[in-house]
Amino acid sequence: MRLAQRFYLLEVLQGVLLTAGHFFRNMGAHVARSFGSRTAHGAVTIQYPEERRPYSPRLRSLHRLVRREDGSPRCVACMMCETVCPARCIYIVATEHPNPEIEKMPERFDIDLGKCVFCGYCVEACPEDAIRMDTGILEFSSYSRLGMIYTKEMLLSLEPIGADGRPTSPVPIPANRTV
Amino acid sequence: MILDLGVAFARVFFVMMFVLNLGGLLGWVERKQSAIMQDRIGANRASIFGFRVLGLFHPLADAIKLLTKEDFRPARADRFLFWLAPFVSVFFALVAFASIPFGDTLRLGGREFQLQAVTLNVGVLYVFAMLSLGVYGVMMAGWASSNNYALLGGQRAAALMISTEIAIGASIMGVIMVYGSLNMQDIVRGQGRLLAGWLPAWGIVTQPLAFILFLTAGIASTKRAPFDTPESESEIIGYFVEYSGMKAGMFMMSDFLGTVVIAGMVTALFLGGWQVPYLLADGFHFPWGAVLALPHPAVAGLQVGSFILKVCVMIFIMMLVRWTLPRFRYDQAMRLGWLGLFPLSILNIVVTGAVLLLIGGKAS
Repeated sequence: MRLAQRFYLLEVLQGVLLTAGHFFRNMGAHVARSFGSRTAHGAVTIQYPEERRPYSPRLRSLHRLVRREDGSPRCVACMMCETVCPARCIYIVATEHPNPEIEKMPERFDIDLGKCVFCGYCVEACPEDAIRMDTGILEFSSYSRLGMIYTKEMLLSLEPIGADGRPTSPVPIPANRTV
Repeated sequence: MILDLGVAFARVFFVMMFVLNLGGLLGWVERKQSAIMQDRIGANRASIFGFRVLGLFHPLADAIKLLTKEDFRPARADRFLFWLAPFVSVFFALVAFASIPFGDTLRLGGREFQLQAVTLNVGVLYVFAMLSLGVYGVMMAGWASSNNYALLGGQRAAALMISTEIAIGASIMGVIMVYGSLNMQDIVRGQGRLLAGWLPAWGIVTQPLAFILFLTAGIASTKRAPFDTPESESEIIGYFVEYSGMKAGMFMMSDFLGTVVIAGMVTALFLGGWQVPYLLADGFHFPWGAVLALPHPAVAGLQVGSFILKVCVMIFIMMLVRWTLPRFRYDQAMRLGWLGLFPLSILNIVVTGAVLLLIGGKAS
């Protein structure tokens, strides 16, 4: 330790000047921002629930089932996703489609998000491009395990992520759902 | 008689409100200032009807939370001392401000008002007495909690108090020698003179070493970082480890009040108190000969405003230090107090005495 360092007062002064520099620079930016400047940034914080950073288009978020033009699911209940799923979180019951040209459709299509590992294999395995993970929704917590099970109707109601990189459909299940 | 009582009450009320509100506000200042220093935003979520006002409602929310929390007392704690400790701590921090003057004598309607809660001839000693008595609350808390960590915290607080309070007392001797009084108001008046015709004879000019020593020891006596050995969150939680609810809040509050008192002391003793440079009783007298006459109420307002501004700047600096420096280890704090501050303050007394002897009497 040099003598100046051992004396400590000079070091204290340097440290205080550094933090004071940060303080006044950031304070100036905050003041400029409150007067309407868009370029000044006093902090890098993103105020999360109100502001979000845009998500990557490759992000794997909450699943959705793609609809046909008549609103019925594009899924033909081929069980490919259920088979490929490493977490075994997909449960499908098949039924007949009212349209005779389409062989099958799911009677039930449940995804247990408590088990899902978001690997995206179901999306890759699907021959009909019927399941996608592009809703941009990340907040689907629940107070119960049952609340994590998303049914066919919920998955069908979801929309893809908007062009601004923000989710367009609301989170379908309130977090306090217990059943 | 009634009027005198009313005036006395108003003075005490003003000082109480100033110290209490500033102390309460410091919780917000601390969070916001540290956030801005560290490129963050800081607490900004508490709102009333959607208005956030820079997070100013957070101290309010904190107070409501602290008041409604369970007031827990350990089964083997000393019931009376455990209850008494936070009150002692806050009380002495609160009354210490009483003899610090916040303005010159105010003349209104042919009457004179002292802008000082209590006019004491030994004001400096009074503040020290109150500051050192405050540590009894901490020691009581440490002892009465029947918790070894709390006891360690109380013991550390006592050791820190002894090693810094001596340095405070000794460093202030130089100021007392220069201005020749123990009365805070006289010391502040003495700082209104000009050295060499243009330099205000503030304590920081006549006693620069004492200023540094007093500021260091003063920060130490507030028990906040970098001298928070009694608290030592990462080692022994501290003397208030068993306290909850508003009692813990009172200990926190007494630290903030201590900060305000030390800032007030530094302002009064070293930064000219309520003095504004070149402002005399009838207006500004600039060293280049210009004179700007001001009515008496304007002068008094400027002086009180100058005192409040100086206190706020000192609090800012103390917060800056608190959020910049890492904590001293227990032995390092002791060494700094006994082997650093104390000998230097003795040296300061000797040098000041010698200089005063050479130039003959009081510095002027």
